[in-house]
Amino acid sequence: MLNLINGPQTTGNGRGFWLAFLAVLAVALAYPAFADSYDVGNFSYFLIWIFMALGLSLIWGYGGMLSFGQTFFFGIAGYSYGVLAIIMGGGSTTILALVLSVLIAALAAVVLGYFMIWGRISGMFFGIVTLAATLSLAFFLGQTAGPEWQIGGARLNGFNGMKGMDPLAVGDFYIEGTPFYYVMVALILVVYLALRMLVNSSVGNVIVAIREDPQRAEMLGYDVRKYQLVTFAVGSGLAGLSGALYTSWGQFITPSSIGLPAAAMPIVWVAFSGRSDLTATLVGSFLLLFGFQTITIYSQQAALVLMGALLLATVMVMPQGFIFGIAQAVSGRLRRAPAPSEPDAVRLQADGS
Amino acid sequence: MLAELFSLFYQFADVFAFLILASAGLAIVFGMMGVINMAHGEFIMCGAYVTVGLVNLGVPLPLAQIAAAIVAGLIGVLVEVFIVRKFYRRPLDSLLATWGLSLIVTQGMLLVVGSAIRGIGTPEGSFAVGDYTFSTYRMVLFACAVAVLFGIYLLFMRTRFGVIARATMQNAGMAQALGARTGRIYAVSFGIGAGLAGLCGALYAPTMTLIPTMGATFIVESFVTVVVGGANVLLGTAPAAMFLALVRMALNASYGQIIGQIGMLFAVIVIIRILPEGLSSILARRGR
Repeated sequence: MLNLINGPQTTGNGRGFWLAFLAVLAVALAYPAFADSYDVGNFSYFLIWIFMALGLSLIWGYGGMLSFGQTFFFGIAGYSYGVLAIIMGGGSTTILALVLSVLIAALAAVVLGYFMIWGRISGMFFGIVTLAATLSLAFFLGQTAGPEWQIGGARLNGFNGMKGMDPLAVGDFYIEGTPFYYVMVALILVVYLALRMLVNSSVGNVIVAIREDPQRAEMLGYDVRKYQLVTFAVGSGLAGLSGALYTSWGQFITPSSIGLPAAAMPIVWVAFSGRSDLTATLVGSFLLLFGFQTITIYSQQAALVLMGALLLATVMVMPQGFIFGIAQAVSGRLRRAPAPSEPDAVRLQADGS
Repeated sequence: MLAELFSLFYQFADVFAFLILASAGLAIVFGMMGVINMAHGEFIMCGAYVTVGLVNLGVPLPLAQIAAAIVAGLIGVLVEVFIVRKFYRRPLDSLLATWGLSLIVTQGMLLVVGSAIRGIGTPEGSFAVGDYTFSTYRMVLFACAVAVLFGIYLLFMRTRFGVIARATMQNAGMAQALGARTGRIYAVSFGIGAGLAGLCGALYAPTMTLIPTMGATFIVESFVTVVVGGANVLLGTAPAAMFLALVRMALNASYGQIIGQIGMLFAVIVIIRILPEGLSSILARRGR
């Protein structure tokens, strides 16, 4: 089981990579000791979005389904967490609210995915149908300002956003600040390693085979639709995890985290980083989130213009992603000697479809 | 009785016009090049801004609207030449490229122009049927939508450009071998698509608040119309808009706008399950 962490579908399988990985992890664990709690809180905020990016990497990079609906599931889970946390009344039940809201998001993905995948929607139409659903959800939530829009006493509040839910808690202890940061680091570690195992497992290889050529995979006897649906549900559930954590972090969520331009952000992170690799997505998304937040302090519009420019530059200059491309170039130079290195040769290219 | 019937027709015409005007440009670009232009909403926004700008300078509204469509079309040609052209072999990347462009334009406009500018009022004028009064401008919009459909039909079925364009649509390599300049055809088609988007913005500019993000109000409708219409744009778009307008009119009348929009989306999701190729696939089969 554990040996699936390394395999043909992930880059960074060598000893050097894992030493660097441990070093980064050690720095991440030690970080709160050297920073003030405000910075730690901000840092956790970047980490919240990583799940959504990893989920999109799975759906799009590995599964070949161009989903523009990550914020749809983000929003469903974010609002679900808010409603559930209010209804169930805080305390340790918030953990249950988190789990349930992620499941609700995954269930929504199964329903939407069923209609699209069984209807053989693929390519661009997959993107625009998911985006249409996303924007419709944002419009819908935007007009829920009236008092009649409440679920069990939890007001949705339209564009003003939903508030009043408890953050994640164990008994009387609120998971905020530094504890929240450690929960984030642990969750990312678990999700990242689990996804590596998933994509390197036999299931993961089928998912990649479907991306390369759905017809061929079908001829080999795989029910393409089931694999695609599972991939879509897992990736969208991860977007849901981001959403629920986001609501818990700020005890607040508005429709603007669902609609445009929010819906474009996961696409930018993952495209820029290198969608066909989990590690590139992890590193690149974090860097972009950090950069975006730094510029947003001065001007949010300027930061978004930059994101748009990065997306345009990525597809024009390096369609496989900048972080991924740079990593390939560096590791190619380091190894140089016996030409095509094994993982690269086995690795299937994502482009062309 | 007549008044009620007309009222139903009026509501249908209102939604139908919106769907046709919002989606015609997107549908042409998709039908010709197989590219979904994610910056479609921004061409609509461009048309609206140019219209309002010109009207505020004293240009009569109809002239300003035509000029706005032309400006959007010219910008469309530039976008095709500098960006979209590079992606015909990678249609999925064209989606990302145009989305990047869309982000740059909307947020750039917010930076430069600010959030809202002074709009122009809807041209007044109403007429009565029975006990109800109706806005004349909405009927003008419906007439424009029908004219757009008719114009597209004439352009593609009755002109030399149309023949070459349809040949390119069917088999670009063969058309090129026979001497069609497919590059130029693509640029012109993209320009027409962008121009129609600009026209949509120009026509709706008097009826709505002008903000740089206004494109988003149109794109859901234009996406779903194109998805339901299917690959053959000439056959699919009008019936798709008609079907969706019926669904939406029925829901709007009983449950209000937002349920109308969501219901329309549900209808689309069910349709793609039953008819993945869109309405044009049945119509094309019938025609054979």
